[in-house]
Amino acid sequence: MNSLIDYTVNGFVIGNIYALLAVGLALIFGVANLINFAHGSVYTIGAYVGWAAITFLHTPLPATMAIVVVVCGALGALIERVALRPLQGRARIAPLLATIGLSFVLDQIVQLVFSPDPRALPSDLPDWRIAIGGGSVGAMDVLIATVGVFSAAALYAFLRFTRLGYAVRAIAQDRDAAKQMGVDVDSVNSAVFAIASALGGLSGLLVGMYYNHIDPAMSFQATLKGVVAQVIGGVGNVPGAIVGGLLLGLTESYGIALFGTTYRNLFAFVLLILFLLAMPNGLFGGRKSIEAEPLTGSFIAPSRAVKIPPAALAALILAAFALPLFTGAPYLLQTLTNAWLAGLVALSLTLVAGTTGQMSFGQAGLMAIGGYASALLAVDWGVSPLVSVPVGGLIAAALGTALAYPAFRLRGHYIAIATLAIGEIVALVILNWESLTRGAMGVTGIPPLSAFGHEAVSAKAVYWITLAALAAFAGLQARLVNSHFGRTLRAVREDEIAARSNGVDVKRYKALAFAFAGFGAGVSGAVAAHLYSYLNNQTFDSQLSLLAVTMAIFGGMGNILGAILGAVALVALPEAFRFAAEYRILIYGVVLLLLIRFRPQGLLGAV
Amino acid sequence: MAALIEVHGLMRRFGGVVAVDSLDFEVGEGELVSLIGPNGAGKTTTFNLISGLDWADGGSVRLDGGAIERLKPEAIAALGVARTFQHGRVFANLSVLDNVLVGAHTRLKAARPRLPIVGPIAELALALIRPPAVRREAAALEAEARAIITRFGERLTPRLHQPAYSLSYANRRRVEIARALAMQPRLLLLDEPTAGMNPSETAEMQALIAELKAEGQTILLIEHKLDMVMALSDRVYVLDDGRRIAAGPPAAVRSEPAVIEAYLGHSAVGDTAAETKEAAE
Repeated sequence: MNSLIDYTVNGFVIGNIYALLAVGLALIFGVANLINFAHGSVYTIGAYVGWAAITFLHTPLPATMAIVVVVCGALGALIERVALRPLQGRARIAPLLATIGLSFVLDQIVQLVFSPDPRALPSDLPDWRIAIGGGSVGAMDVLIATVGVFSAAALYAFLRFTRLGYAVRAIAQDRDAAKQMGVDVDSVNSAVFAIASALGGLSGLLVGMYYNHIDPAMSFQATLKGVVAQVIGGVGNVPGAIVGGLLLGLTESYGIALFGTTYRNLFAFVLLILFLLAMPNGLFGGRKSIEAEPLTGSFIAPSRAVKIPPAALAALILAAFALPLFTGAPYLLQTLTNAWLAGLVALSLTLVAGTTGQMSFGQAGLMAIGGYASALLAVDWGVSPLVSVPVGGLIAAALGTALAYPAFRLRGHYIAIATLAIGEIVALVILNWESLTRGAMGVTGIPPLSAFGHEAVSAKAVYWITLAALAAFAGLQARLVNSHFGRTLRAVREDEIAARSNGVDVKRYKALAFAFAGFGAGVSGAVAAHLYSYLNNQTFDSQLSLLAVTMAIFGGMGNILGAILGAVALVALPEAFRFAAEYRILIYGVVLLLLIRFRPQGLLGAV
Repeated sequence: MAALIEVHGLMRRFGGVVAVDSLDFEVGEGELVSLIGPNGAGKTTTFNLISGLDWADGGSVRLDGGAIERLKPEAIAALGVARTFQHGRVFANLSVLDNVLVGAHTRLKAARPRLPIVGPIAELALALIRPPAVRREAAALEAEARAIITRFGERLTPRLHQPAYSLSYANRRRVEIARALAMQPRLLLLDEPTAGMNPSETAEMQALIAELKAEGQTILLIEHKLDMVMALSDRVYVLDDGRRIAAGPPAAVRSEPAVIEAYLGHSAVGDTAAETKEAAE
């Protein structure tokens, strides 16, 4: 496939898939004011349901499609009923976080049921291709285009001419007014989730057949592509979603033609960032769509933090430092070492998302920057880890803040999407900038931590070093948060307009919070690099970012001890019960869902 | 007397609606000037334009002779313009004391060195190190914030460390005014400070504003309670449909036919119209 026409056909077909995903997201955003991060999971389940139907029931294509639509539609309604309806009236970020928890759960269930290995998803379509110009069009291309056009037409008719369609549009415009006019918001929501999920599942099936390949990991990328298409078209805008999807598909296809397949996702995210910066309301969005949702980034439930007496705190710290004197069990020490490193990231997240109210889904990107910087300094230039680790932290702080800076004028969901994209871009740059990062091969032979010729390789030494770093960072952060600086950050979180009217330069404080947090996350990544002795583009993946969010919520957003507690609980407890890795993610998802539903202020209380 | 703030030809359109239409007014140093008019007259929009939260489509706003109509809100605050909000914008999860201390943000000198480029980093470092000068400044501002809160008497002092979300509506308004006072503003913009207050609370607020005026505080006031406006104001500007329809000392303005027409005459219910409007908010 190498002619312009082939790339155009391919871009158009993939664009159709993205459009189907984005339309579902747009419908859901319209009625529930929520970016559904579980949408990709439904898409994956659609693909697997189709696979199961073909494999076990030998269904013909129309029947397979019908089964997928029914199963995924029901799943969508179930998601709305069980996970989201109880969260009505909460902070707007709450249901978004719930869908992240759901996506953990659904993806892991797929992995457990169908195994993580990729599978072939054969289609029973005829094998013909029609030659057009220098390229060709196959039956699958025609099918996907047909489904795309037909879905768009059906959706248009539905929104335009049916009572339910009226209700959907009414809720999207003004939920409260619709409610007062007697629209049953709950059942409309349920119907919209069902329709959107049916479309999502269908697109999963079609993609699976198009590439003859499905695997459980396809979920997250699908969500991201749908979100990108959404932002391009204007969040919540149905026609915009279709145009955005097609535009994204074509951009990717032409991009691959010019630069190669590993750049595919980079185009999507660069496009996303460009739109967020230059045109945050998208091609079709009205000017209001950002203004209408102030302060959605704040996930601070009114609560009082649990007070821990200083003596008890001192005793805890002492006990943590003294632990290796009483036990040499390397497994326990290694697990806690991992918890201390995770604690650094959780601390950094709790500062930006909790104290400052800027939900970040990109902390792993900062770890990656810190890790690679320190590793490359040590491997390529022979810099001592004593220097390279803090320098790695500084580079993460500077680069992370510079990348996020343009997004600081965004609020609510948009800053979350932007940080997510930044995390992905960092990973993709690492993958593609081979001359610096060695690409997918990764960096090997990273020297262990050392100072003045003494190498820290024993489990005890590493334990102490990471614990000391965590304690120092926590102490500094506590001091910072208790100064005028912390007060100003919290004012920014609570109300940017009021903060600015009191003379607070909001961007400056967001930048400083991101810089301080970036340093912590960068140091964590740098230390991890020297402990693992090997890094690649997947060492710090977006799942880690989302895990950091879960940790911070677990302990209470903005709560310093809470972040550490969250890290220890989520890293150490699954180890203690010896859960296999796939169950661990399942547990994280369930924990996140339960927290958001029953204790949004976290165990120790948000501050 | 030179005007502290001069507004000339101020315009703001929202779509086809002209919210503020070639508005002219000025406030002299130490004056208390009121903006009154029916709902939708453009009073709050004028505040938003002065404080930089909204940008004018035309006209100028000069503070001490310098143009501020293109400045950001934080820059205007730094020049000493403090404001309260019509519906209240306290920092809900911050304590009363912290709310007021945020108001003193522009006055932090030791903690926020005014250095180019390295300033932010220095601020971060100073917040961590906290040298004596920074600690002294923090202590002085805190003492001052407590003194401001004391002006509101038993209403706020027992609630110093309570989060603002736990306060009554009237108390949140008080916190907001305390926060604005902590700036030691040159110009204080009060947007309906007594909205939602009962008569005795209103009387307290009126006494406080009178006290501020006696201390020489320059105040621009938006208020619906006309008795209060008449008692406090040096001058009154009356707005209707974004235009200024009358200006002058309270006694003169109150008898102008155009004012009576605009304020009371839209509906033929006479004196009750103003109250109805208040109740509607």
